Amino acid sequence: MFPLGIEPYLLGGLIVGIGVSLIYLVTGLHATQSSFFTTTLSWFSKRKNFQKDSNIKQRGWRLTLATGLVIGAFIHTLTLSPTGFWTTSVQLWRLILGGLLVGFGTRLSSGCTSGHGISGLASLSKTSLYSVIVFMGVGIVTASIVNMLGVSP
Amino acid sequence: MNKRNIIVLIGGILFGFGLSYSGMTKQEIVLSFLKLEDLGLIFVLGGAALVTAFAINVLAKYQKKPVLGGEFKPRRGILSWKTIIGAVIFGIGWGISGQCPGSAVASLGTGNLPVLLGIFAMFIGAYLKERLES
Repeated sequence: MFPLGIEPYLLGGLIVGIGVSLIYLVTGLHATQSSFFTTTLSWFSKRKNFQKDSNIKQRGWRLTLATGLVIGAFIHTLTLSPTGFWTTSVQLWRLILGGLLVGFGTRLSSGCTSGHGISGLASLSKTSLYSVIVFMGVGIVTASIVNMLGVSP
Repeated sequence: MNKRNIIVLIGGILFGFGLSYSGMTKQEIVLSFLKLEDLGLIFVLGGAALVTAFAINVLAKYQKKPVLGGEFKPRRGILSWKTIIGAVIFGIGWGISGQCPGSAVASLGTGNLPVLLGIFAMFIGAYLKERLES
């Protein structure tokens, strides 16, 4: 069940939680990810849906948060990472097709693994609990089908 | 940069460091969870949610207001068919690719350039959602 042990998972999760908590306690913001796509698009699309005040107000800090994620992963890769810089062997068609569905689905659901999974569950939101159960269940079924069809990794 | 964004940047760096430390920036490791070969992801999500739950439900109650002012609002969404259908669509994409928004963005910092295509596709997906809704 845990071929790589539990330590990297648990410790990594705690560090993520400290980052999210720091942002919440100091600024009151929920450090969630999927809104980043919609607010960033407000720089590129003139459509009303993107030009909403809430998007314009949030786009700066959401871009800053995304930049932080990249820097943090970069620092870990340079210092403690056992594998160093690395490239996935998941096929490009899967990254693209999966990405499209992830972008569409998380925005329709108003949350992703961080929005529903971390901030939502931590806020004791039932909506988020149901969402997490659904995307995790569907993710497990989908990945298992893809695997059964002989597509790997 | 204002004070708020400096804190967001520091918190984001911790977030990204933790995602990389836990291996979530590797699509293969996320997929190994979804294939039920390695259940470690539960500890990442659980650990992060527990720490955050303590901050939101205990520390914030003592603190009363965010350090930089404003007010605390727990994250409560309204349950609708959109939330659930969206979660189904997200789950399919997650199962196909092993990517979710945060882990994909952080993955760029590990030198995983192919994930740029996945992130670009997420922008297109988010765009199409707004197009369909307008």
